[in-house]
Amino acid sequence: MSATNAGRAASAMSAAKVELEADKCVASGQCVVAAVQVFDQDDDGIAILLEEHPAPEHLDDVREAVAVCPAAAIRLVER
Amino acid sequence: MNRIVVVGASAAGLAAVETLRREGYEGTLTLVGDEPHLPYDRPPLSKQILASEWEEDRLWLRSAGDLVTLGLDLRLGVSATGLDVAGRNVRLADGSELPYDGLILATGVRPRRLPGEGAHVLRTLEGALTLRERLEPGRHLVVVGAGFLGAEAAAVAWRLGARVTLLEPAAVPLAHAVGEEVGRVLSRAHLDRGVRLRCGVTVTEVTEDGVRLGDGEIVEADEVLVAVGSVPNTDWLAGSGLAVGDGVVCDEYLEAAQGVYAAGDVARWYNPLFGTSMRIEHRTNAAEQGMAAARNLLNPDARKPFAPVPYFWSDQYDMRVQAYGFLRGHDEVAVVEGDLAARRFVAAYRTGDRVSGALAVGMPPKAIRLWRQAIVAGAAWGDHGRVPA
Repeated sequence: MSATNAGRAASAMSAAKVELEADKCVASGQCVVAAVQVFDQDDDGIAILLEEHPAPEHLDDVREAVAVCPAAAIRLVER
Repeated sequence: MNRIVVVGASAAGLAAVETLRREGYEGTLTLVGDEPHLPYDRPPLSKQILASEWEEDRLWLRSAGDLVTLGLDLRLGVSATGLDVAGRNVRLADGSELPYDGLILATGVRPRRLPGEGAHVLRTLEGALTLRERLEPGRHLVVVGAGFLGAEAAAVAWRLGARVTLLEPAAVPLAHAVGEEVGRVLSRAHLDRGVRLRCGVTVTEVTEDGVRLGDGEIVEADEVLVAVGSVPNTDWLAGSGLAVGDGVVCDEYLEAAQGVYAAGDVARWYNPLFGTSMRIEHRTNAAEQGMAAARNLLNPDARKPFAPVPYFWSDQYDMRVQAYGFLRGHDEVAVVEGDLAARRFVAAYRTGDRVSGALAVGMPPKAIRLWRQAIVAGAAWGDHGRVPA
């Protein structure tokens, strides 16, 4: 198994799940600044979840996004 | 380090305790809050809560379960009354003493008030609920101060059918914060809806019938909301040995004394990105600064300067205002996209020879995100505010 495949397998096994309450979002875009691989914004600025189960190497960025979200609209459920 | 005390249980204090645990701190962690509530969010108070769009259960920043997971020694409904920096000890109003190895101060601000009784202020959940009960169609609300908080409350009250009058001491609302041109454009949103706006008037006191102006005139009101800024909660630090001057004075690492850090609205620190000391009352700053203070406290040998690009937003009527950077004291404003009169635009701010801020109304997020990057990079100011490629 190549290193890339091993990485993918690890991503697939990531049990952590991101939950986004879009109706609480205030369109600050802080989540995109913190974790650009996991979040984007629509044209009104409302956050969009790109990866419900982010790769393990992105989890620290997601934790940062959870912490800086000014609307407390993001949760990271880790098992 | 085995005993850390965080004073202040709002956004900054919560971010601090969460970060401490996330970074592996396993010792005693005491979180002190003077309000009886679990940590809750304040920006919705002048928006969704005042408008009755949300009930209060949506304000909690974390569930009770999430907080239990943090393993806190939680002291709510009790204020801190004294600090002994040399003896490393915090005193609480209930007489208890909290010796500490590390301390984070996140006691926030309180609303500035006017002489006289009976006026509302908007800072706490109770304050927002009390005002909302009184906002009925046809009632006359006088808002003293047409800053962001006053403007938001006026917009909500108008939508609820109240008659609204804004009284503002400056000639143009928000001019000191966003510049005269932008301030004037934003204030037109009030006039368009029939909200009265009187500028250049000083309110000297709250009376039984309303408010008294500097020239003696009484402006009658059913309810009065005072929104004339805030005062940092530092009184309890008198005699502590900490430097206090419009906030707890910190260095670029957010340290106020050895092992004592500050975060959130109460912290005045040196921001190396802008080369100036600042104190920021923004929701996003509270979280970022709480995290940074926690990390620096835990890792004294790997401290990082706290050098953020401040961000705030404000909802007024159908407008969403968003701003990045440090706009205060700017030298020039240029509209770089959109149309000022249509209230859909991006304005860029110059301080010295560099881009120091950007403010957008009704524009897609990508339009302003580029400007954030320019501010982070300390980009030079190009012709008419355009950032050189």
